[in-house]
This record gives sequence, C-alpha cells and structure tokens, in this order.
Amino acid sequence: MKSVCRTNLLALAGAAIICQLQPVGAEELTIMATGGAWQAALRQAWFEPFAKKAGVKFNEQEYTGELGKIKAMVETGNVPIDLVTVETSTVLQGCDAGVLIRIDYSKVADRSRFLPGTALDCGVGIDVYGDVLAYDTTVLKEAPTSVLDIFDTKKFPGKRAMRKAPAQNLEWALMADGVPIAEVYKVLGTPDGVDRAFKKLDTIKKDIVWWDAGAQPPQLLASKEVVMTTAWNGRIQSAIDQDKRPFAIVWDNQIVEYDMIAIPKGAKNLDLAYKYLAYVAQPDVGAQLGRFIPYGPVLSDSTPFVPKDVLPKLPTAPDHMKNYLVGDVEFWGDHGEDLVKRFNAWLAQ
Amino acid sequence: MSSIAMPTTKTWISARDHSDSLRPLALAAPLLLLLLFSFGAPIVALLSRAVYEPTIANALPLTIAALRQDSGAGVPDEAVFRAFAIDLKDGQAAGTVYEFAKNLNTRLPGARSQVLRVARLAAQDQAITKEAMIKAAPLLGEEKSWSAIRVGTNRFTSFFLLSAFDLRWTGQWTIGAVPADQAVFLRVFGRTFLIATLVTLATLALAFPLAYLMTNLRPAMAAIVLVLVLLPFWTSILVRTAAWTVILQKYGILNDLMLWLGVTSDRIELMYSRTGLIIAMTHIQLPFTLLPIYSVMRSVQPSQLRAAQSLGGRPFTVFRRIYLPQVMPGVLAGCLLTFILCLGYYITPVLIGGASDQLISNFIANYVNAELNWEMAAALSFVLLASTLGLYITMTRYLGLDLFKMG
Repeated sequence: MKSVCRTNLLALAGAAIICQLQPVGAEELTIMATGGAWQAALRQAWFEPFAKKAGVKFNEQEYTGELGKIKAMVETGNVPIDLVTVETSTVLQGCDAGVLIRIDYSKVADRSRFLPGTALDCGVGIDVYGDVLAYDTTVLKEAPTSVLDIFDTKKFPGKRAMRKAPAQNLEWALMADGVPIAEVYKVLGTPDGVDRAFKKLDTIKKDIVWWDAGAQPPQLLASKEVVMTTAWNGRIQSAIDQDKRPFAIVWDNQIVEYDMIAIPKGAKNLDLAYKYLAYVAQPDVGAQLGRFIPYGPVLSDSTPFVPKDVLPKLPTAPDHMKNYLVGDVEFWGDHGEDLVKRFNAWLAQ
Repeated sequence: MSSIAMPTTKTWISARDHSDSLRPLALAAPLLLLLLFSFGAPIVALLSRAVYEPTIANALPLTIAALRQDSGAGVPDEAVFRAFAIDLKDGQAAGTVYEFAKNLNTRLPGARSQVLRVARLAAQDQAITKEAMIKAAPLLGEEKSWSAIRVGTNRFTSFFLLSAFDLRWTGQWTIGAVPADQAVFLRVFGRTFLIATLVTLATLALAFPLAYLMTNLRPAMAAIVLVLVLLPFWTSILVRTAAWTVILQKYGILNDLMLWLGVTSDRIELMYSRTGLIIAMTHIQLPFTLLPIYSVMRSVQPSQLRAAQSLGGRPFTVFRRIYLPQVMPGVLAGCLLTFILCLGYYITPVLIGGASDQLISNFIANYVNAELNWEMAAALSFVLLASTLGLYITMTRYLGLDLFKMG
C-alpha cells in the first residue's frame, strides 16, 4: 500500500511539473499597447482570434506610448516584447534611434494596399482615428460646431482640456487664426508661424486643463472638470456607447491620424510577430476593430467589410471629412523636439 | 619585567580603536559593494552621457578629417562636402545615419529630414556636388549649420550642461543666454526649489505643534496619534495622490463641504493648481518632518524646563533658550529630509499640479521617455544631484547637522 501511495505521489508531482512546463513549450507572442478602451477592442478584434487561430499564447502589457521604455529594453538587450503599438510620430523617432526594426513588407502585405502614409518603414498602420472635440450635452446649452470653437471663450466659457503636447494644438491654433488647412504645415514651418500659433493659444491659456493619457478626456468631462475637451474619437464613443454618457463629438476640422504597430529591435519571436502583422493585414480581419471601437481600417480593400452601423461613427465617414487635416509625420520628426521645448517653455511662463 | 612584554596603554588603546573602526566597515562591505555596483556605477554611467556624446563624431570620420584641412569658419569648400557625402552614404548603408540626423536635429532644429534627404541622394549618386547637396538641404548652405556640426564633432560636449542653465555658445569663446522662448530650465529649477521650500515650511508648521502635543500625551494616546500619522506613511504615494484627486476635484468632497458650510460661494479650482499640489505634498511629507522632531522632543528633560522656570525664566525665554536649542537638530533634520525629497517629486505634480507646476523631475522624465534625449536628461539630473548634495553639505557643515548621527 505504502509503496503504491508513493508512486502515485511521484506521478502527481511529475504531472504537476509537466503541466507547468507545457505553456513554456507553446509559442508565445507579447504585445505592448497603450491600454484603455482601445486595447480592450484590440483584444477582442485581433489578439484573441489570432491566438486561437495560430494556437499561441498571447501576452499583453500596457504602457503610456513613450519610447523611453522600449529604448531602455533595447539598450540593455532585454526585450520581453515582440510587438508594440505606437503613434506615427513615434514610429519615425524610434526608427531613427534604431529602437524599432525596418519592416519587411514581403512578410506582411502588398504595401500599395495601405492608405497613403500608413505603411511606414518601421511601422505598419492598424487604424485611422480622429483628434476631435467632445463635450457634455447636459452642460453646454449651445452645441459647438467646430473643433476650433475651443478657442471661443466668449461663447463657451469655462475650463477646456487639451492634450499636453504641441502637436495638433498648434495646427488648430493656426486654423483658428485663419490659416487655410492646406497651408497649416507650411506656415508652422516658419518662426513667424510658430509665434502666431502660440499667440493664439495664449488667448485661452488660463482656461486650459492639460491631459496626458487618452483615457483622461472622458473622465474630465464626466467629473465636469471641463466643459469641452479635445480627444481621440474612439475614447469618447466608448464612453457614449458603453458607459451611456451624454457626450457628443464635433468632427468639423478634425485632425486625422493613424495608429501603428511596430517590432522592437531584439524581439525574440520575430516570425510570429510577422505572422500577426500579416493576419491583421487581411481585408476582412483589418475591418474587425471597427466593431469594438469606431476607428477606421487602414487597408483600402477593408471598407466593404466594415459593419454598416459602424461606418457613420468613423473619422473617415463622408460627413466627417468636410474639413479635416491629416497630421504630418515628417514635419513633427523635424520640428518635434524643438517645438516641444518651446511648448514647455510656454507652459512654464 | 612584565611591563616590557605588555604594550603601553596608549598603543593598546589605539590598536583597539583601529580594529574597532575596521570591523564595522568589514561588516558593511557587502552593502557598500552593492551600493557601488548597483547604485553608484549606473548613476556615473548615466551622468557621463551629459558630457560624452560621440554620435556625430562616429558618424562623420571623413568629414572631420576634411574639416581639419579646411581651417576657415563658415560654409566649407567642395572637399568637405564630398567627405560629408561619403560619410552619409556609409551611414545610410550601416543604418546609423538616422541617429546622426536625430542628434544633429537637437542642435539644429529642422536638420533631420534635410540630412536624410541628402543621405538618400548620396547613396544613389556617388559624385554629388556641393551645389546639389545645398539644393536638397538648404541648411547645409548656412554658416550656423556648419558651426553646429563642427561643435558636434567633439566627443566631449558642454552643450547639454549649458542648456540645463538656459545657456549656449554664441561664439567660439562666448557664452550667452538662449532665446527667451526656449528658456525653460532655470525657471523650472527655481519653481522646484520654491515649492520644496513652501512644502517644508508647511510641514514644519504642522509637525512642530503636533510633535509637542504627542510628547505631552499619555503614552497610550501618543501611540494612537503616532499610528494615525504613520498610517498614510505606509500607504503608497500613488494611492495617496489619487485620494487627493477625489478630495480636491471641482465636484469633489472638499468643494462640496465648503459649499455646504458656506465657506465659499462658488466651487474653487484646487485640482491642477499650485495650491492643490502644495496641500497634497504637505500631507505626503508630514511624517518625514514630524518623526525626527518627535524623537528629539522626547529626549528633552522636562526637569530642565521646570528648573529654568523656577529660576525666573518667562515661558517664552525658557522655550527660546532651553527648549528650542535642544530640539533644533530634529527640526533641521526633518526639514532637510522633506526639502530634499520634495526636490525629486514626480507623480504628484503630474496628477495634481497644473501645467505650470511641473517640477524638474517631470522634465527629466520627459527627456528620458518621450524625447529619447538621454543626454539632456543626464545633464538636468546632474544639476539636480549637484545642487542637492551641495545643500546637504552646506547644512551639515554650517549648521552642525548630521543625518547619519540622528539615527
């Protein structure tokens, strides 16, 4: 009896060890994204279906979108992630600093299938989002009609929130100051244009609350800390659809931007990372994200697969594309550091 | 006879002294080594980035050699441009041109895309001319660009340290202020020291009477008060900061309470303001100021105060001449501790402070995380570390305070 018991125990212990080892043997893919409602949507639209299809374990991490963390990983030679989501301007920066690898598009998809500006050397576009204006309909009696109304403190008194960065805000400032959309980056490229933009921002400076993370604008509106805020359209739509908040989005003069996915240098599961990129770049799969958060596809052949009820909520809906500006990545690659410093100096004054 | 064999008393004592001072050092050796390797070395390595920046020098070996031949200032001649083109072509092939472009962009805003454009051209056309290069990159035709490149080819640089003081080289031997719209760090350092001072004074104003009260309470009551002080001390700083957000926000508890009590007639803006920041930081720092004061106050003999009074001292005189000198070391230690900790505050200014309440740590974090300009971050860290150490040394030297002896 005694000896049988012991063998059983040994077998159990052995089974336990095998059970613990098994996930290590299975292939794993680790992605780092910027969290919130967006990452939840990515999970439902792409991470989980891919994990099931490819039979891999999908690990997730979160970060604030700043490259410093990835640079530290690459410099210390300890890169625990295989994929990372980044903004377009960050892709350029990471590319220059040698933190992100150059994408081999032969392993992903035909580059011409992507919308212009969404298939970059170091980053593959995954969705189109809009920088828009959002407000609480129960707070503002009169609805703003353009993002540029954020500069009108007479008609819309009270605190307003903007992202704590020069990008978008300087563009909007020039647009509000009467610069035609087509000439915004040309004007902003001159010292006079920069002065002009900051002068316009000066007019509302004391009324601005600054946000850093994409999850903040809906919170600022919900706590009634501000009467209106600039925001990423999907975050506001999620608050409207899922949390039943009485918010509304103003699309006129939105700035259209792209989210990107990139591979950090030294990623351990390179082949699997490419498999994931190729999976998401299929026309039908690429349209799935829109079902969970209203961000548009970056593949020109994905549009027919976007559900009909989602289309009007996208930044690319015809109604939303009357007046819009496309963010200029190259411009911010050149002038980003300089303008951020000037912006910080301006904030401190 | 025996006195010969015995060592003299003096040498015996000094030998014992010697082994006594070495033994604790030997016991602490593992800790000291750990500190040296895991704390000291990384700090030195990171701080050295503030003065050692070889990216530009590494990217332009041929250009440097050609520039040495071309002694004149201003835009150099065709030979230098040819060397520059070959360097860029090599950099393009090796993939290092991007880092060079980004680095030059720090010193020469707008240079990034122009350098990359020339590099692409140079990779296609071996015999690209000076004229064609300037056409593709107008900055290369300007004097200031070449002085930036010339300065950049030096591996040891004062650029970042000067920038930390809002200064720059204006000529070969002259240093001047940066344009007003780029000057930010002096103001931020000033603000950091101002807020640290205000918080230190606020904690002192709260901690001194509280510590006095605690020394005069019954031991059981004093223990309860001590736990009440320490409870937040054991809570994570992030949690406490978030809690203050709930209290201070526009539709938060404090505003509700003040409206209900009729103290204010309108909701006041406490979030994203300096007032809110100082309130939250004062709360977080209170135990750091309080505990050293309390420990010193407990050691003051009440009999001395009674003796002074019985000798005719008025209460204020007794306080000033008997009590205060005895508790002063604790007050100074607590204040210094709080002040130094305040200099490094990061998360509380981010979550509660407004845009004009960001402290130097926030700027360091921005350069590390967002700008990837670790050289600038290292320079700012160096200035912060040096001023903190300077302050500590001044305090210990001239005020006779020793934190290590405080226990």
